[in-house]
Amino acid sequence: MDDLKSGSNLEKVLKAGHFALTGECGPPKGANIAHLKEKFAHLKGVVDAVNLTDNQTAVVRLSSWAASAIMVQDGLEPNFQMVCRDRNRLAMQSDILGAYALGVRNMLCLSGDHQKFGNHPAAKNVYDIDSMQLISLVKKMRDEGRFMNDDVIDTPPRLFIGAAANPFAEPFDFRIYRMTKKIAAGADFIQTQCIYNMDRFRVFMKQAVDMGLTEKCFILAGVTPMKTVGMASYMAKSVPGMEVPESLIKRLKGAEKGKVAEEGIRFCLEQIEEFKTMKGVAGVHLMAIEWEHRVPEIAERAGLLPRPVAP
Amino acid sequence: MIVADRKSLSEIQDMVRDCRKILLVGCKGCVTVCNVGGLKEVQVLAATLRIAAKIEGRPLIVEETVLERQCDPEYVEMLKPVVDNFDAVVSMACGVGPQFLSEAYPQQRFFPAVNTTFFGGAVAHGIWEERCAGCGTCIIHYFDGMCPVARCSKSLMNGPCGGSDHGKCEISRNINCIWDMIVRKKTEQGRLNDLLDIVPAKNWQTARDGGPRQSRREELIQNG
Repeated sequence: MDDLKSGSNLEKVLKAGHFALTGECGPPKGANIAHLKEKFAHLKGVVDAVNLTDNQTAVVRLSSWAASAIMVQDGLEPNFQMVCRDRNRLAMQSDILGAYALGVRNMLCLSGDHQKFGNHPAAKNVYDIDSMQLISLVKKMRDEGRFMNDDVIDTPPRLFIGAAANPFAEPFDFRIYRMTKKIAAGADFIQTQCIYNMDRFRVFMKQAVDMGLTEKCFILAGVTPMKTVGMASYMAKSVPGMEVPESLIKRLKGAEKGKVAEEGIRFCLEQIEEFKTMKGVAGVHLMAIEWEHRVPEIAERAGLLPRPVAP
Repeated sequence: MIVADRKSLSEIQDMVRDCRKILLVGCKGCVTVCNVGGLKEVQVLAATLRIAAKIEGRPLIVEETVLERQCDPEYVEMLKPVVDNFDAVVSMACGVGPQFLSEAYPQQRFFPAVNTTFFGGAVAHGIWEERCAGCGTCIIHYFDGMCPVARCSKSLMNGPCGGSDHGKCEISRNINCIWDMIVRKKTEQGRLNDLLDIVPAKNWQTARDGGPRQSRREELIQNG
């Protein structure tokens, strides 16, 4: 890997060869900064960077760049998420500069959930560019110091560029190629969709290693501990592109009363243990949805603490 | 063709509630083909409006006619002898029709009886589907004749999003994932490599984003 592109903590941790751990935090449905800061406090010193979601599931929330800036003030490192659904190329470039100016150094480029799923289904969607083109755009801004139209940027944003990959969505055989394209477009790191089907993920990672992708890009395996049997069933049935094996649901059902969440965490810890030695996996992206307060415990039990201090 | 859906009876009734005499104008173009605004549909709507008015005890005269095309001044002109005999005119053509009629007869009021939905065709009896978004720069040859601009819910140019599910789009079980179809066809034809190049950002200037559009054919303008 070449010299530092952004100087972010996440970049340094990964380039130093450490097994990275990133977290995730959804900004509030309002301007309740106190609550947001509480969530941050649970994650401080526990993860290398924290994803700040961008109107996830197309539900209006405090903007991801503002939440990212607040996180910077609190001494944590944000991974600023941007989706293609809500902004055209003008707004995107402007927000990229704004976020960078406020101290953001990591950015995750996403297509975004369709607004049909959210709380403003009557909205007009944008999709001026897609996630692949957004990755290319951020790379161009950083490496060429130019906007999409080739105008020169006065002080380009130096960002560590992330992208998502879903090894479980259909058409399965194309998924590795889609990730290949994202890496070619300029992704420095990949965070995968929540993994539950380990068999399929092993196959996906073997493909990635065989194709040399893991030499070009850091792949962080996505995990979300199941809290309840209901959550597992919902994810299995109702979340597009999510694959939850029947065996996991059975295992959670078999847990003692009041111990389902613990069983979910155990499964998650077993996954992390395997990822640590799985060829090509550079870290874990822990998406503990509204469960930030359990992240320190999970990180501790996974043997991922203390986090490395980047030079 | 341009596909449309009939507005609800109550919406049409509300539009013409203050009228005693209206003209329903159908169109023999696209809306006839998609069974929404041709002769038959004009007759049905006219009869329905008459019966509804009768039930409500309101006097309402509804006359019917069908133009060859409402998007052509040559045919629009044919309404001239009768257009002022009515309190309002209800067009059953696509959104172009009532606008051409309004432009030709500024003194009259025109109402749309249909919602114009998309450019598409019939995929089965009674089912029409969108195929074209009229973006002004056709690129379907890159995708084996399938248009991701019109047919992907997110207009993605570089492959399927994470919501592609058993060949269906995440937003509805009734919508095919066009990227699943593109990938499948390229794979079957051994040309998956075509999809590995990054398709750059589209220039939307030729689409509606560039402002209302006009198509000029100089040779026709000169000869006209």
